[in-house]
Formats: sequence, structure tokens, C-alpha cells
Amino acid sequence: MENNTNRMKEQILRTSGVNPLKCMRCGKCSGTCPAYDEMEYHPHEFVYMVERGDIEPLLKSESLYKCLSCFACVDRCPRDVEPAKLVEAVRLMVIRQQGQNHLKPDQIPEMLDDELPQQAIVSALRKYAK
Amino acid sequence: MKVSYYPGCTLRTKAKQLDLYARKSAEALGITMEEIENWQCCGGVFTTAKDEIATKLSSVRALSEAAKKEQILVTVCSACHNVIKQTNHAMQNDADFAMHVNRYMAPESYDGSARVLHYLEMLRDVVGFDTLKEKVVNPLSGKKIAAYYGCLLLRPGQTMQMDDVENPTILEDFIRALGAEPVIYAQRNECCGGYVAMEDPASAQKKSKKVLDSAASHGAEIVVTACPLCRYNLEKNGESDLPVVYFTELLAEALGVKEG
Repeated sequence: MENNTNRMKEQILRTSGVNPLKCMRCGKCSGTCPAYDEMEYHPHEFVYMVERGDIEPLLKSESLYKCLSCFACVDRCPRDVEPAKLVEAVRLMVIRQQGQNHLKPDQIPEMLDDELPQQAIVSALRKYAK
Repeated sequence: MKVSYYPGCTLRTKAKQLDLYARKSAEALGITMEEIENWQCCGGVFTTAKDEIATKLSSVRALSEAAKKEQILVTVCSACHNVIKQTNHAMQNDADFAMHVNRYMAPESYDGSARVLHYLEMLRDVVGFDTLKEKVVNPLSGKKIAAYYGCLLLRPGQTMQMDDVENPTILEDFIRALGAEPVIYAQRNECCGGYVAMEDPASAQKKSKKVLDSAASHGAEIVVTACPLCRYNLEKNGESDLPVVYFTELLAEALGVKEG
């Protein structure tokens, strides 16, 4: 594994606090994920791809922005792997870079309607931008 | 009895009924909700990253204010509840995180001692559902009400410590206390689509429709939620006529403090 990949993996594990080696690959996280259909890489794939250092494809994937942060995979994992925390750490690795925000404030007005609660806007900004 | 109250951004704007009827009902139950002074938005979602510090400071400040007054900190919105409780849990259990936070908080510091309760927990654990039942003047008899927990109210279970995450009863017990009949259905603790609705409404439509179809197929007449974003998604993206209301609206109605 090249040095940069190693560093990225270490950063993701440190940020998330997740140990992917605990995973027994039962697939329950992906089975229960409500965003499964929208995702290119699913929660169980985040776990084994981070574990083997296959991180570049995850950084580029739209899957990072499809996770609902509903914690279903966190609570239903029989091994307490907590895949959502890995998705969060990979997403942060992207948006913490300058100019890599997924959502920019000037995109927001066209997404608004009269009923949209403020909660949705602040949540999206927190998940998609730094 | 006085408690500290953290309303949050949406309860002052799009979800005024959630806030208004929470306060009115609390008064009827002998509880005064003292709003935290100068509270700041919680951010809507808790970032699980251990090295995210500044985004959690608004929650820590609210927790610290409640701790200073030696009051329970009560939240009504599911999202505020989730963020503030998870932040408090991190302050109690992650020494490294707490150290970084308290560098921002200096010269003050917060030790994790505040107790955070969702309004529903306050009804169950402080007031008691039996007492609530006695205070009901306008029982919602005969109404079949589906409790929608969504994701943020209960999960992650180890941190939220509110109820059994897969087989919760707190909202059903609440519905019973008001004299109505709870409807149990499969999708009650699945996600509505959350904030992803902003850029991918189709994703939220799929999830919200599933929830309302499941509730309707079990005979629900009303769906009740504690979360403004759940309500938005169910109403906007659920493709159903099933009415969705805040739990505080039903509470105020049953306690006879809802006008109009």
C-alpha cells in the first residue's frame, strides 16, 4: 500500500473511531440501509474498502451524499462496527479540502419551498459543506 | 417545577405549533420551561467524527447553561434532542473531545453533568404517563394514531437511552395516555429521507411513501411525529392524505389548552 493511501486510511480510522476488522461481513448494514438503492457503494462496502485501503473510489462517489445519517446500520450491526461513522469520515476527508464543498450556499434558494424546515437546510450544510 | 428548554431553529419558524403547544401543555402539567438564553442552532445533525469540535460547541453551551442552573435540559425537536444528547454523551465519555471543547469554553468549562430529556421522556419519567392520563380533560377516544419515531429520536440507542430502538413504546404509551388507540406498523422507526430530500426528493419520496403506506395499511387515521423534517417529508413526499401532526398538538388538545 502506498504511503498516501496509508495516511488516508489512518485518518479515516482515527476520525471515525471505527475498527473495520471487527466486521464479519454479514451484510446486515446494507440490508437495513434505507438509502441502499441510491448508493453506488453500500455500507458494507465502505467497511471493507477502507479496511483494504481502496479509498480513492469512495472519495469520488456520490454515495457519500446519499447516506441519511439515520444510524440504522449503527444500531443493527451485530458487531458494533458502526459503518455510518466511516461514511462520515470519508465525506469529511473530501469536504474538508478547500473548494470541495458538495453544497454551496448559492445553490440553496432553488431548493427551497414554502414548507421546507430550517432544520433541513442546516443539516444539509453540515453534511455537505465546511 | 422549572426546566431549561432548548427550542432550536425550526420551532421558532416553520414548526411554531410544536413549540407553542409544548410550552402550553407543560404549564398545564405544572412545569415551566425556561428558555436557554442566547441559544444557538445545534446544526440539525450530530457529526460522529471524533475530531469535529467547533460544530458541537453550541450544544455544549446549552448544556452548560442548564448545568449551571441545575435544571434538566428539555428538547422537543427530535434533531436537537439527538445532537445535544450525543454531544453530552461525548463530553462524558470521550476525554480527548472534552479537553478540546473546554479549550474553547475557557475560562468556563463544562463537565458533562447536565441531564438531557426529550419532552416525551419528561412526560414519561418526570410527570408520569399515569398522571398525564389523569390530567386529560378531552380524551382522544376512538382515534387510531400511528406513532412515527423516524431515526433521530431513538438512534443510536446506546447513546440516546430513550427506549428500545427496535420495539419502542414511549409514543404508543403517550397515545394511550391521551385516550387514543396506538397503531403499530412496520415502518415506524425507519427514516423519512431526512435532509437528502433537498437535493434528491425522489429518494425521500420512496422512503416517506413507504412509511405512510405502512401506517395506512394498519388502519391509522393520524400520524404523529416529534420532528419537523419528518413531518415535512411525510406531508410533501409521502403521497398520501393521511394527516401528520406534532405530538404536542395532540397533547394540548387532550389537555384542553389548544385554541381554535
